[in-house]
Amino acid sequence: MAEFRLPAKSRVAKGKTHDAPGNVSAPGKVRHFRIYRYDPETGENPRLDTYSVDTGRCGPMVLDVLIKIKNEIDSTLTFRRSCREGICGSCAMNIDGVNTLACTQAVADIQGDVKIYPLPHLPVVKDLVPDLTNFYAQYASIKPWLQTRTPPPPPDRERLQSKEDQELINSPSACILCACCSTSCPSYWWNSDRYLGPAALLAAYRWLVDTRDEATGSRLDDLEDPFRLYRCHTIMNCTNACPKDLNPAKAIAATKRLLAERRL
Amino acid sequence: MSQVSRPVSRPVSRPVSPPPSRPLSPHLQVYRWQISNTLSILHRLTGVALALGGLALGGWLLALASGQAAYAAANWVLSSLPGQVFLVGWTFCFFYHLCNGLRHLGWDAGYGFEKEVARRSGLAVVAAASLLTVIFWVLALTGMLE
Repeated sequence: MAEFRLPAKSRVAKGKTHDAPGNVSAPGKVRHFRIYRYDPETGENPRLDTYSVDTGRCGPMVLDVLIKIKNEIDSTLTFRRSCREGICGSCAMNIDGVNTLACTQAVADIQGDVKIYPLPHLPVVKDLVPDLTNFYAQYASIKPWLQTRTPPPPPDRERLQSKEDQELINSPSACILCACCSTSCPSYWWNSDRYLGPAALLAAYRWLVDTRDEATGSRLDDLEDPFRLYRCHTIMNCTNACPKDLNPAKAIAATKRLLAERRL
Repeated sequence: MSQVSRPVSRPVSRPVSPPPSRPLSPHLQVYRWQISNTLSILHRLTGVALALGGLALGGWLLALASGQAAYAAANWVLSSLPGQVFLVGWTFCFFYHLCNGLRHLGWDAGYGFEKEVARRSGLAVVAAASLLTVIFWVLALTGMLE
């Protein structure tokens, strides 16, 4: 059953304020960043700290600001990051109310105070670092690898694919597993123990339409479940959130169609 | 028989910490309301409203069957101001649920998933439902539906 309120120990308290240093590069360049903080060692409730940052002396992206805060203002701020160019998916978080990658979200595109939370409805390890164990387990559960029954080709040959075959999987295999889509989905919020969520379902679709894969039937069997697949109600938050401009909602609808067509 | 005492291998002692009770990150509280999820929850709410309105319709039919006095009372309730607001709201729910149902039918057939198309079809559904509600009540109040 959907629990709309946060548990008492998860409610966000007022936090500290960290002002910008006196000499500002230019007027209007100081922006306020309101950032979710949680320290597992104190046992206190999460809080929302405010950092004033001179964006004139900082890179353009939200990730640049987070790194500047960690380097110069508050070294305890904790977040994941790696590639800083939108391909690793580490810095996925809720920025200005929507899930996206901090490294590809420009500060200038956000009006007013910049609010930064961890990805929604996940257990928080620390600050902006959520626990993605369940998300990865769901990805593993759809068996994201090539399954074949026919004997493999000789070692110097490959399983061949036409250009058109490859185009079917081009888009879904561009997923970086950042979890922006799944954690934007209200259905996933309420049922993530049983509903696979858009990211895992997009990955499942990628293997369903792969012409080299020979386990389409059993893959569909695994998905044919009131919760695993059919908790998708076409809300479309996933597609709106995807920082790689992929379309999980469309892939899920196509999967439902494959199941419907199989019954005809 | 002498026994050689050997050091026993023991696990490295570690402070035993309770299992982490991690807070749940905010969700509904912080996620921005967008056309996508707003219209989706509206679809469900109008569905619930239609079911409740169905009870009112059943009550009205029961009143009709139980004689003139009951029928007059039911009509008095429905033609009062709250009753009229309820009826207009109910017809909007009906038209919204109908139009958005057609949108879902298109999705189920595989159409309309591009972000911009989905946004526009959502706005079109709200506009169509509002327009149909207005047309219905203009026709009803001018007696053209009789």
